Amino acid sequence: MSALLALPVALPLAGAALCLVLGSRGRQTVAVCASLGALVTAILLLVQSDDRGPVTGVVGAWPLGVGITLTVDRVSGLLLVVALIVLVAVLVSALARERADHTWPGFAAVYLVLVAGLALAFTTGDLFTLFVAFEIVLISSSVLLAFEGRPEQARATATYIISNVLGTTLLLLAIAGIYATTGTLSFTVLAQRWPAVPDATALVLVLLLFTAFAVKAAVVPLSTWLPDSYPTAPTAMNAVFAALLTKLGVYGMLRLGTQLDVLEGEVRQVLYVAAGLTMVVGVLGAVAQDDVKRILSFHGVSQIGYMVFGIALASVAGLAATLVYLVHYIVVKAALFLVGGVIEDRNGSSALRRCGGLQSRAPVIALCFLVTAGSLAGIPPLSGFVAKVALVRAGVESGAGVLVGIALAVSLLTLFSMVKIWNAAFWGDVPEDAADAGPSLGASLPLVGLVAVSLAIAAGAAPLVALATRAAEDLLAIGGTA
Amino acid sequence: MTVTLAVLLGVLTTAGVALLLERSLARVVLGLGLLGHVTVLFLLATSSRAGQAPLAGAQDPTDPLPQALGLTAIVISFGLTVFVLALAARLLSIVGDDVLPDDPEDRRVAAAGTATVTEEATP
Repeated sequence: MSALLALPVALPLAGAALCLVLGSRGRQTVAVCASLGALVTAILLLVQSDDRGPVTGVVGAWPLGVGITLTVDRVSGLLLVVALIVLVAVLVSALARERADHTWPGFAAVYLVLVAGLALAFTTGDLFTLFVAFEIVLISSSVLLAFEGRPEQARATATYIISNVLGTTLLLLAIAGIYATTGTLSFTVLAQRWPAVPDATALVLVLLLFTAFAVKAAVVPLSTWLPDSYPTAPTAMNAVFAALLTKLGVYGMLRLGTQLDVLEGEVRQVLYVAAGLTMVVGVLGAVAQDDVKRILSFHGVSQIGYMVFGIALASVAGLAATLVYLVHYIVVKAALFLVGGVIEDRNGSSALRRCGGLQSRAPVIALCFLVTAGSLAGIPPLSGFVAKVALVRAGVESGAGVLVGIALAVSLLTLFSMVKIWNAAFWGDVPEDAADAGPSLGASLPLVGLVAVSLAIAAGAAPLVALATRAAEDLLAIGGTA
Repeated sequence: MTVTLAVLLGVLTTAGVALLLERSLARVVLGLGLLGHVTVLFLLATSSRAGQAPLAGAQDPTDPLPQALGLTAIVISFGLTVFVLALAARLLSIVGDDVLPDDPEDRRVAAAGTATVTEEATP
């Protein structure tokens, strides 16, 4: 097996172990180096899988089907690279801005476990390891949500854990059912054996599986835990949660939906309805809020609808659009939350009524917000525009006119609430009681980096869409619909 | 899967979900525990068949994989239980109770909504 394959998981885990014995400076260095190392290997793996097809290996040299299979194809490679870029940026920001390591010495170790869990989720080749990765991510993220120990964080963490454990319980039930019916959990073998499963059994199992992923992805009506718990997290953690954790559910739907070739008939209808509801309910929730972090959290729900819509289309164009959307959204959402963190720093609160005048006080941050907020709403020529055009075109091709209409209307409402944040936080007078923490280079640098990545996505749209299309063709070829 | 097991799974799930809906974290932990048992039982009941312990040299061994999956699930739910208990202890030390409070922001936004409605209704 290619040694590279294990590194995105092994490096952060080894780093986490090291962090437990090192001093403060050592911990911070190891954390940054381990996640950077994982990022470099992820890029190598993506290039390799794009050139020569999927890289696959079994941990511990067990025969195929016995050991843990790791595999990186174009889809997982792409997501792995983007996820690790965001993880590195947020790590630097958390260490510099929130002095997370000083708040709690265990921070670096737990954060690295989260990195390893996310990497494992994207690289695994079987369903049970996916479940284990979900649990690793769940436990480490709960710790990161609660480590400051404020009372509202304890409440939010409880909500988060209870809903997500229910989700993973459903996932495990689905896994047990799938193993009982097919006798395998490996993605590739499942794809071969699935057509032989009786229709009714297959429908029950797939709906169970998708319900579990929907809880993880915060698809309406299973989304209420997200806006309740995320806004209380430490800001940098908020960025990584909103950008990456719900995407695991989306990735699960994307992977299993195509591997099992079930995105048709009733399942597709359910996904269409869920996607529409998610977009509308999420954005309406955001419009009602008046706190930066809460507005952004509700948009986190709303945007998931776009990705589920792309998956439900189940065409090459639709899946490619979902991938582009994922890549764009992960970067932009993390950047927006980091801006939210700066707004909170400079005003002493993230409530809009207590903000103001940031445009003159922090022009660079204002520019970053303009780019990312415009991108989230889909203003040309930013990265969100590229993703939305791809999605709308795929929707029109498949004749899903109603959902395309909803998607466009929701974009307008997204723009509305971004303008609301801009008016309240960047324009207007500086509030008199503003507890200005002053600008910090460590906080701005990762933010500027993420904004640059977002602009690069917009500038390099053609190669990205081409790569996503190749990846989507791979996905459909496995499922057998191509 | 025998009828007894099916009924048992149903009862355990019902009790688990009922406990999970409680406000008190101590009961939620019990609910999580019950649901953990449900998944492991379901795993063994559906995926395994009767046979000898899956050790090297056993004749007609049972399938070891569901047992391995069950063990992993047990370990994970153990870790989660401990973490939720720690949370409950934390809440107990801050609030003096392990009952989950409402989301204050949510209450505030909801209250603001009703206030506007009443103002409009009674000009």
